[in-house]
Amino acid sequence: MATAHHNAETDKHYLLGIYNDEDVLLDAVEHVRKKGVKIYEVFTPYPIHGLEHALGYKRSFMPRAAFAFGALGNICAILLQTTIMGIDWPMIIGGKSFIAIPNFIPVIFECTVLFAAFGMVGTFLVTNSLYPHKVPRIFDRRSTDDKHIVAIDLAKNTLSEAEIRNILIESGVEKHTSADGTEHVGIKQRNFTDEENKGSFIRYLADLIANGVTSSNRAIKTSK
Amino acid sequence: MQIVTDVREPLVTGGKTIHDVTEDICKRVEEAPTRSWWIFFILSLVALFSGGYFMGDMLWTGIGRWGLNRTVQWAWDITNFVWWVGIGHAGTLISAILLLFRQKWRTSINRAAEAMTIFAVICAAIWPLTHMGRIWVGMIWVFPLPNTFGSLWVNFNSPLLWDVFAISTYFSVSLVFWYMGLVPDFATIRDRAVGRFARFAYGMLSFGWVGGAKTWMHYEAMSLILAGLSTPLVLSVHTIVSFDFATSVIPGWHTTIFPPYFVAGAIFSGFAMVLTLMLITRKVYRLEHYITLEHIEMMNIVIIVTGSIVGIAYTTEFFIAWYSQVSYETYAFKNRAFGQYWWSYWAMMTCNVISPQLFWFKKIRTSLVMTFVLSIVVNIGMWFERFVIIVTSLHRDYLPSSWAYFTPTLWDIMCYFFTFGVFFTFFFLFAKYFPVINMAEVKSVLKSSDANVYKRRDTIKDINNVI
Repeated sequence: MATAHHNAETDKHYLLGIYNDEDVLLDAVEHVRKKGVKIYEVFTPYPIHGLEHALGYKRSFMPRAAFAFGALGNICAILLQTTIMGIDWPMIIGGKSFIAIPNFIPVIFECTVLFAAFGMVGTFLVTNSLYPHKVPRIFDRRSTDDKHIVAIDLAKNTLSEAEIRNILIESGVEKHTSADGTEHVGIKQRNFTDEENKGSFIRYLADLIANGVTSSNRAIKTSK
Repeated sequence: MQIVTDVREPLVTGGKTIHDVTEDICKRVEEAPTRSWWIFFILSLVALFSGGYFMGDMLWTGIGRWGLNRTVQWAWDITNFVWWVGIGHAGTLISAILLLFRQKWRTSINRAAEAMTIFAVICAAIWPLTHMGRIWVGMIWVFPLPNTFGSLWVNFNSPLLWDVFAISTYFSVSLVFWYMGLVPDFATIRDRAVGRFARFAYGMLSFGWVGGAKTWMHYEAMSLILAGLSTPLVLSVHTIVSFDFATSVIPGWHTTIFPPYFVAGAIFSGFAMVLTLMLITRKVYRLEHYITLEHIEMMNIVIIVTGSIVGIAYTTEFFIAWYSQVSYETYAFKNRAFGQYWWSYWAMMTCNVISPQLFWFKKIRTSLVMTFVLSIVVNIGMWFERFVIIVTSLHRDYLPSSWAYFTPTLWDIMCYFFTFGVFFTFFFLFAKYFPVINMAEVKSVLKSSDANVYKRRDTIKDINNVI
């Protein structure tokens, strides 16, 4: 049944370039882009400064989100306090005026910070689609450990796979020689199945319980 | 992988590679709990349940169980509150203020320090809630919620209400800041997990993080802004805590110096608590390469600075009491140093002003044993500071007929003990099941002390993009 839905959109073929070093990666990303290869995304274990420029990303909109939510919190706090203290039930407290702005400053400040922080983090989670039941599309598990992965979507590129492979080798992907003398190059193909692309949490959970196999295709360790 | 230069000592020693960082930190989460962890954890549970019994009894019977009297209406409860809040401040200081100042040595201690902040604020929040007597209404009535009394609202002119907003904002923002820092590290654990449950649990906790460059870009911007927001927030919290006293008319409390003095004291006691916890964690988890002597020395220097600020504040209070020529004010301070509570005043002076000065000697500030001992001494001193401020200012009321002396009961002591149980139970659970060191941040500073690396990075054209 699943094969009936196969198409280039859902069954994606990626070529992964695996790098050991962040500086090599920065050079490589520029090199690869100069050669006209479109990069889908780069996965790194830690933030690398300058990578967003090398990839040509626009500046983050997080500051604007924080400002907007902060302004909202500020207005809410002013309205809340003036309504309560000045309009709904005015009371004389220590001879102060009903709307005593200096006394409201601490709560205005706290609400501004609260709204800005939660609004910004919410924006971050929503726009990057991060949520607890998300089933991640993991390109290579080592990208959260010590490898930098450059993912290239073959369907979106006009160059052939062999050409892209050559460009990646030129750019300095990791190389190591195994014990028997064969040389391994850090280029890998990663194909996502329909299931991995759709990422149903229920199915993920069912798979995990039934046979311990999840989207990362690693067998569960049953006993020690 | 790590590059050693003559510029400065590496932040992480032992020539660790990026993979070593993952191994060292994740191994603690993946392995079975060690014997020493069980011992500490069971001790924390003992404190939690034995103290919890007294806490429950106090809530059932009422705060008459404590040693409070007509004159001394605040004693251990608010002392403990201010003490715990103060301890919490170091975590935010390390993660936010040191981030803004680009102090990279923070990376290996910020995770545990932030965890400490959150647990300390939980312990702190217990006190104002319980001291209201009826905790179940106290938790609702402090917020401006519509009610059937009118609506009768909270009083926004009161510093006690500002405190409600400050503490709850501080707790929730710190929690978010801490959690967002944990997400990439949970993803690392998820991608290594072998068990079904671990894969499920860390999968949920990691929010499906995969570490794409675009996500990291937004993440970095977000961390910087959260740090920028947390910095004035943390200063505002202890400022507002000090307003609880400073806006009153009680001699000894009615002092404009309180906000900076309380903030310095908070950082002082917080760093001491971070040192106590980190020295234990470092030893138990063998993290000597991550939390190096340099880290300990840096923190000890912060302790000298803040300890000296606190010392100046104590002296200034006395000077102003004399200079103002207000007899009540002068009496309050004389009574502090030479009255019935002289012992608490001099305990405070010895622990807070004299003992941290020992850190001027390099031998002492780089000695683990001395640091550990002095960090505990500082925390005892800071507890006495709050006790001195609260109790000595109250016990001599305006009418000599209502003068009184406060003696703690078993319930005072055990309820305080309960908050230790809460704190350490949370801390040991955190230390076992969460990554105690921020792996992603430590990985990013492994190479940063190399000058050649800077030169090669010609892609960095944006001045806002600081390493």
